[in-house]
Amino acid sequence: MLDQNTFDLRRYIQGNGQSMGVWLALIVMIAFGALRYDNFAGAYNISSFLNYNSMFIAIALGMCFVIMTGGIDLSVGSVVAFTSVCVAYLSPYGIQVALPGGILAGMAIGSINAFFVIAMRIPPFIATLATMLGAKGGALVISGRQTISVDWGSNFTKFGMNNVGGLLPWSIIVVAILAVMLWIVLEKTSIGRTVEAIGGGEDATRMMGLPVNRAKAFVYILSGGCAGLAGVILASGFGAGQPLEGVGWELSAIASVVVGGTLLTGGLGSVPATVAGALLLGLVFNMLNFENGRGVISISAYWQMVIRGLFLFVVILLQSRVSRVSAKQEA
Amino acid sequence: MQPLLKMQGINKSFAGVAALTSAELEIAPGEVHAVIGQNGAGKSTLIKILTGVYRKDSGDITFEEKSWNALSPREAQDNGIATIYQELSLVPLRSVTENVIMGYEPRTKLGLIDWKAAHKRTREILADFGIHIDVTQPLGSFSTAIQQLTAIARAVSLNSRLVIMDEPTSSLDDREVETLFGVVRGLKARGVSVIYISHFLDELFHICDRATIMRDGQTVAVREIAHTTKLGLIADMLGRDPEEIAAAGMTELGGGERERGEVLLEATNLHTDRMLRDVSVTVHKGEIVGLGGLLGSGRTEAARAIFAMDRLRGGSVKSATKGSAFSDPAEAIRAGIGFLTEDRKAEGIVPEMSVRENMTLALLPRLVKGGTIDRTKEEEIVNHFVKALGIKLAHIEQPIRELSGGNQQKVLLARWLALEPDLLILDEPTRGVDVGAKFEIQAIIQEYVEKGVGVLLISSEFEELVEGADRIVVLQDGKSVSELQNPGITEESLIGAIAQSHDTPTDGAAA
Repeated sequence: MLDQNTFDLRRYIQGNGQSMGVWLALIVMIAFGALRYDNFAGAYNISSFLNYNSMFIAIALGMCFVIMTGGIDLSVGSVVAFTSVCVAYLSPYGIQVALPGGILAGMAIGSINAFFVIAMRIPPFIATLATMLGAKGGALVISGRQTISVDWGSNFTKFGMNNVGGLLPWSIIVVAILAVMLWIVLEKTSIGRTVEAIGGGEDATRMMGLPVNRAKAFVYILSGGCAGLAGVILASGFGAGQPLEGVGWELSAIASVVVGGTLLTGGLGSVPATVAGALLLGLVFNMLNFENGRGVISISAYWQMVIRGLFLFVVILLQSRVSRVSAKQEA
Repeated sequence: MQPLLKMQGINKSFAGVAALTSAELEIAPGEVHAVIGQNGAGKSTLIKILTGVYRKDSGDITFEEKSWNALSPREAQDNGIATIYQELSLVPLRSVTENVIMGYEPRTKLGLIDWKAAHKRTREILADFGIHIDVTQPLGSFSTAIQQLTAIARAVSLNSRLVIMDEPTSSLDDREVETLFGVVRGLKARGVSVIYISHFLDELFHICDRATIMRDGQTVAVREIAHTTKLGLIADMLGRDPEEIAAAGMTELGGGERERGEVLLEATNLHTDRMLRDVSVTVHKGEIVGLGGLLGSGRTEAARAIFAMDRLRGGSVKSATKGSAFSDPAEAIRAGIGFLTEDRKAEGIVPEMSVRENMTLALLPRLVKGGTIDRTKEEEIVNHFVKALGIKLAHIEQPIRELSGGNQQKVLLARWLALEPDLLILDEPTRGVDVGAKFEIQAIIQEYVEKGVGVLLISSEFEELVEGADRIVVLQDGKSVSELQNPGITEESLIGAIAQSHDTPTDGAAA
């Protein structure tokens, strides 16, 4: 038997084989971008990149927890649209009211998901599909199908537009704090470990006396809240509540989570790797824009989607190979 | 008379592990033939080779005097062998007619399904079995028995000459079982042979002519039901000659010599939807109470009912801390009860999690300090048990799926021991572990019982019960029928008690 207190790096890498690929890809892409494009590492690009992608990181974090329990939350994109409209109406009261208000609005829809999934025993895919349609309809109804302009007089838009020290937007700071909190919840608290255990085996978890229903309620409400936060960032960053935004965002979130090595079947996941996954997907877009900016080639938005899809495919393919190889070494 | 089916020298292995070694089966025309054996004896593998689900490695099969080599279940069906599986393989949302004639629909001249003829034909088929229902309704709207009989009707309507029934009565009540027996007798009268697979030995004596007994992938005996007893069948299945068994020290357990303390748990007249009908068992401090009985007698179900995994329909559970049944497993755990489940893979380990996380899952509520898990204390506990139970691993952060079966089982045992329980329910604690780990696990159990822990032990290994238990409660068909006291229990007397209770009619319904 080996000394149990020594840290075995080789074993650590093997054990975390699923998430190694995403970090590697992230580093390679950043290095490539910084060398190839002049303003890639410039303050403007960094801050606008982080500001925009903070929304995707937020919803990916919530999605990561839902997926770890073996569930899915398809409603996040619509919840972003819905809460962006809600907070546009709240904007005259300032960010101190709109931020909690938006998060609460998202959590309210998350509670509906939790109720469907836990109390009514509706499969998460169906339940969140229903709230996806419901929230989208809600957003259109309360906005009257219009983009709702925010109050520019209050401090509301500062949240989405101003940078701290000229580099870090407020939005990414809030999302970073959220990520650290969720990392602690997952790694250090009993609710976090219950979430992982549920994905590994719901019956077994219930049998061990762990609060399965409470943990499931937690993940759906959390996911709603994260989408609510993204809605606040959207409205304040673009100066408007946008009922038509958010289409397909749930798929971006799922992709980020998967790229981050979280098993779609649940039971295994990582908060940092999910953040890395979201950044990686954002980077692909960012770099395509730079490539267009060089004026040599021009890739339309539609082709960008195709390229992004291909990229996602390659990353996932690489990852499944990495984890298969490490599984083989373990066996 | 020529046999209808003859299987000879059948060999089959999966990934190098022999599942069948020179297995044999012979069925006469119009015979109801039982195939029995413990789990893993090779019954289902043999049947699946016959029905084309698996390919045999070698051996000969003759059906109706012709060489038989079904390449698919459909081919087996087309050639006269129909199978009714344990899990109903029908489509509950489609109509009864569709289920009965699926794949063999009568067609109109245009090649479309002739529904009128189809419904008529289905009604005729079912009427033969005394079933008169609206065949246009979804199958799922009828009772399980009707569904089961529909499956049989489908099989017979396909002009089968051999019908295979795998645990056909497991979801039927007594009256429905009688109906089923009527159908089986009807098949026999028409010259159709039946292979009948069941854990309920009683049933064999009602309807079977002969029984083939399998053990460890081999055919060990063929008995005329009329000339054998349940004791004889059980001895064949277990591979024991009761008279030769001496209760020499075969385990690390020692029952019958302990001082028992106050009552820890008293379960009376337990009744659930999952086949428990009337089970009573009491466990005291510092004793091992065994649950004896064959597979399907309700041993695991009794444990699940006590641990509040299944809802009680009747009866009561009293513990030292609570006068009524627990509402969920969490409450049972708080009352000092641990439950090591039989199915390590599905209900025990969380495979992707580390050994550390797996071991402390049930303990989590007690490890939380100021909102977060006390990692230092957690590792201290885990390291303690790794050492105390001799768990072999590279590192406590290793995923549990990488450990051997015996070491996984020790981690799961540690999970409950870490809770410092008063009562441990152990369901097959040494199944699927190697001999060395088995002795070690038994020694750990013995040690904790000496410290005053009460144990409710379920085991298919008779020596574990005979030597380990202070008392054995014998279960049969979901009822506790007798209780044996140690010292004085031998394997012979235990087998006797299990068979005895089978041979004694428990109610007047049989008459």
